[in-house]
Amino acid sequence: MDNIIEMQAITKRFGPVIANREVNFSLRQGEVHALLGENGAGKTTLMRILYGLYHPDEGMIFVRQQAVRIHSPKDAIALGIGMVTQHFALVPTLSVAENVVLGFTGSFRLRYAEIEEQVAAAALRFGIDIDPSAIVGNLSVGQRQRVEILKALYRNAKVLILDEPTAVLTPQEVDALFETLRRLQKEGLSVVFITHKLDEVMAITDRVTVLRDGQVIETVETAHTSPSALARMMVGRETFGVSRRSSMEAGAPALQMVGLHALDDQNMPALKNINLTVRHGEILGIAGVGGNGQRELAETLSGVRPPTAGRILVGEHDVTGGSPADFTAAGVGRIPSDRHKGVVGELSVAENLTLERLMEFTKGMTLDRAAMLAYAEDLIAQFQIKARPTDPIRTLSGGNMQKVLLARVLARNPKVVIAPQPTRGLDIGATDYVREQLLAQRKRGAGVLLISEDLDEILALSDRIAVIYEGEIVGLLPAQEATAEQLGLMMAGAVKEEVNDV
Amino acid sequence: MSKAQFIIEKNENPSVGWRLLLPILSLLGTFILTSGLILWGKANPLEAYYYFLIAPLSSRFSLLEVLVSSTPLILTGVAVTFAFSAGYYNIGAEGQLYAGAIAAAGLGLIVGKLPMPLAVTVMLVGGFLAGMAWAWLPAWLKVKWAVDEVVTTLLLNSVMAYIVSALLNGPWRNPESGWPQSPEIAPSAHLPKLVAHSRLNLGFLIAVLAVIVLWFVLTRTPFGLKMRAVGLGKPAARFAGIDVERTMLISALVSGGIAGIAGVCEIAGIQYHLTDAISAGYGYTGIIIATLGALNAWGVGAAALFFGVIDTGAQTVSRSLGVPVYLGEVTQATMLLVTLAMFLLQHYRIRRRTSWTSS
Repeated sequence: MDNIIEMQAITKRFGPVIANREVNFSLRQGEVHALLGENGAGKTTLMRILYGLYHPDEGMIFVRQQAVRIHSPKDAIALGIGMVTQHFALVPTLSVAENVVLGFTGSFRLRYAEIEEQVAAAALRFGIDIDPSAIVGNLSVGQRQRVEILKALYRNAKVLILDEPTAVLTPQEVDALFETLRRLQKEGLSVVFITHKLDEVMAITDRVTVLRDGQVIETVETAHTSPSALARMMVGRETFGVSRRSSMEAGAPALQMVGLHALDDQNMPALKNINLTVRHGEILGIAGVGGNGQRELAETLSGVRPPTAGRILVGEHDVTGGSPADFTAAGVGRIPSDRHKGVVGELSVAENLTLERLMEFTKGMTLDRAAMLAYAEDLIAQFQIKARPTDPIRTLSGGNMQKVLLARVLARNPKVVIAPQPTRGLDIGATDYVREQLLAQRKRGAGVLLISEDLDEILALSDRIAVIYEGEIVGLLPAQEATAEQLGLMMAGAVKEEVNDV
Repeated sequence: MSKAQFIIEKNENPSVGWRLLLPILSLLGTFILTSGLILWGKANPLEAYYYFLIAPLSSRFSLLEVLVSSTPLILTGVAVTFAFSAGYYNIGAEGQLYAGAIAAAGLGLIVGKLPMPLAVTVMLVGGFLAGMAWAWLPAWLKVKWAVDEVVTTLLLNSVMAYIVSALLNGPWRNPESGWPQSPEIAPSAHLPKLVAHSRLNLGFLIAVLAVIVLWFVLTRTPFGLKMRAVGLGKPAARFAGIDVERTMLISALVSGGIAGIAGVCEIAGIQYHLTDAISAGYGYTGIIIATLGALNAWGVGAAALFFGVIDTGAQTVSRSLGVPVYLGEVTQATMLLVTLAMFLLQHYRIRRRTSWTSS
């Protein structure tokens, strides 16, 4: 079989970060090819390059053995490449037919009857079940995705890139999508399928290319591999400078989640019946692929997102439904999962450090600015933050910003520390620093909940590890018994067990 | 092969120099844009601009007039800044000003027996509460149901205009002249004059005080820091345990109250009765002033004074040059648009980039 697409030695840098490093990727005529990897592995970047959204710093792209330069999606479409992202580019108030032809209408005048006929014919030809006259705004997510696929095919796409197409779908919609893809594959369509779910790779693809840290680990035939082998390639192994050195006797429960349920921003269930206990003097790691409820869990345990059912106990104290201030008062130290949403960029380091406890820095009616500055000076020294108290916090590096947030939380010796993605985006030095601080908290007797997509971090720091998948805890095991492979299988939803740790 | 291209990129942090240059550039832009119109009106643009900008500052009388016309602008500017700082986009200062004016016109009729200081205090408190009351509904809708305050506060301005009209054509229609204007308020309710034989009154000092209070609250109190935190980063403020809704609600109400004071000062300081034209869009101009002053108390004060100069100049320019009266308004409107455009543009810069393509 011929390669319809070949990408050779593609390198793409964003500032100092290398998103793709000498990536080789080929797509055969008529195959479904999975791009597998964790978040940030460089899958989407590679495909955005192919679709003309990014331009590679180095490397060559061949389409049907011809070297090409793809400057924009327009070029990509002309070459027969279509891409469907997780965020649909559809006009909700227009009909399916209008959306499909939008920007691709030949003549000046629009003949609606003709357009609907054409789109209906295309839908029939490609076997995509959709009513051309339906208004897109009334369609389900799965149906909208079909419109996007039809849109690409209508533009004569011979190569279809699907960026995590199942992330927004129900299991039934996933089945329908796979059926459509199999039919299109028979018609000669080639598909790139970006995913981090192993069962989907096994179910639909012919070959798999595994990316990790921007590099290709291997390209294999799906038939000749196994989920565990793929999990190992995807997660990889690395050693870290900071890790848990001793095991400690865990103490009394510090934080308990009992039958916890919560919704996401779209009001879909994000957390389903979470039963976990974090004990004093332990780090409980929550492993999982991004988007499986981690953000909602951290927000629920910070008082930012109210749970829809269940209870949250800090020690003996029930804080269910409390405000962020109630959680802080109960002894929960919350590191925000998104640093930039945890600080007010335009305010100074001192102001950000004291924002949670302004009443302690008030003299009469006015702010005690001298006390605020002195307090900030103290923490800056203690946490080795490279900044002055009066610097606007947005001018700090990511590592220093994270240190400010750590300082804000840890200065009050919390009983429980919630640490979602605490080292994401940090360099090695800052990463080690943050990990040391978390271990110090454990030693002090705090209960630490570490939520991380970085499996190595989970393995290096946790006493016990729970795995979250689609909002459920699907496994819980002591760190000594955990292997990356086993966790990888759980993270990909291949293994599931009932967990009740209360 | 190399080719040069110009790219526009975002510049998040324009320098201080830029900010200082901004009013001058805005002025220049306005001059260029309006010169054609002034020429068409058969006048010399340079002369017109002399009357706009220099003449108001050249006599004692006109200087005092500048302070008089600045008074409502300072107050609405402060009012808007108060709300905007907390991330509440109050477009309704115009309506809240009229709410304060109605209260003043009404209270002014019944406080005649009170000594002047007490009467004036009653007027000011009444106006503040009236502005606050008018600001309450959209603020409550915002924090309770997340209803967009830009829409509701703006629409309530029209509602208020009809209320004023109903009052002036109904119970308050002047019984002698039949004009739609309310009866004169009692002399003891007049704001005392600061300078004899001028229109400058206590209102100006109240406006200056408002600027100082704004500065103090925003930069020196815990509540002000909470307001700024909410305005600059709602998620972070919420995360830090600040009651975002409460902070926005209070800021919105105080904002309405200050706009109400602007209405009181117009009634009790200048007009002594209510008409449907006591505000020349001061509530809206306040938005521009707050923006031009970069939500900084002193900046807001300075911007309001600058607009006071243009306001005063606009009154003389048509008289002196025989150009149509609305030229002043056109110039002011242009000025507002150019300033807004400049504000947007300062966040971008054009850079020349050379890119290489190997082929």
